Amino acid sequence: MKYPSKEMPYRIALAGNPNTGKSTLFNTLTGLRQHTGNWPGKTVLCAEGEYRFQEKNYTVVDLPGTYSLYSNSADEEVARDYILFEQPDVTIVVLDATSLERNLNLALQVLEMSDRVVICLNMIDEAIRKGIRIHDQKLSSKLGVPVVKTSARDGKGINELKKIVTRVAEGRIQTRPYRIRYSEKIEEKIQSIQSQIENIFGDQLPSRWIALRLLDGERSMLNALKKRIPKEGAPDGANLKSPYPVEA
Amino acid sequence: MNTEIPLSEAKPGQTLRINRLELDGTMRRRLLDLGFIPGADVHILRKSPLGDPVALRVSNTTIALRVEESSRIFGEVLGE
Repeated sequence: MKYPSKEMPYRIALAGNPNTGKSTLFNTLTGLRQHTGNWPGKTVLCAEGEYRFQEKNYTVVDLPGTYSLYSNSADEEVARDYILFEQPDVTIVVLDATSLERNLNLALQVLEMSDRVVICLNMIDEAIRKGIRIHDQKLSSKLGVPVVKTSARDGKGINELKKIVTRVAEGRIQTRPYRIRYSEKIEEKIQSIQSQIENIFGDQLPSRWIALRLLDGERSMLNALKKRIPKEGAPDGANLKSPYPVEA
Repeated sequence: MNTEIPLSEAKPGQTLRINRLELDGTMRRRLLDLGFIPGADVHILRKSPLGDPVALRVSNTTIALRVEESSRIFGEVLGE
């Protein structure tokens, strides 16, 4: 670590549609402390950077800009796998405040798979110019997570965003993310698959969300899961040691 | 009374309100993600010289669709 600190930095992921000012926000947060890297096995570039706020260190990953996490393009898989398997301490969903209807699609998807989410209404200055008023408190209570208005281009709201992210990372803000309730028939199927997923992965992964993806017939999800079946979970495998270092 | 037509038969300048998508799998998912959802309005901007693809405005964004997909999206033309 670059900082004289023994603590692990909090890990923050930035998700959002293309052209929401996500990378501008990333640059504003991290300044010059950043580098880009290829994700393993993928030709998708992700930028990673750091910032320090109130005596704590944060690592920020700028995920590829996507409209969804379900359509199986390489970009979407990288973004999905990061949120699902790397489980960042906080996922900031960056929304274009001038185009909320489109942008909330991705926000709802992230809310279904993670508890620690902060919604960032970016380009708020442009929305105001266009006469768009957003009731951020109402949106926050409907979605069950904090909502912060920003204009990354001129640094507006960034300090507030950092404060809220800190509180969510430390568990000082309890979120209650909005989860869609499906028809009874679908909910029944979700439950039966969900319990099987919990048998294998315990509470490491968002079992409800995975059940939904499997019901949707998403093969790439199945493949991603197969690679991650815990070795110790194998029959008679209690004393087996994984040949690979297991990630905490 | 308005009648339902496929999006591919709407003319430039018209706006279609989507009723249903006769598509499955990844393409259905993709179109839903892009804003082609039942109840949404799609404005037809212009057609290519041969009529394929078609430029559309949906949920604040311009998107081009091939007849392959647009012929499977159905809705009613508004304001007629």
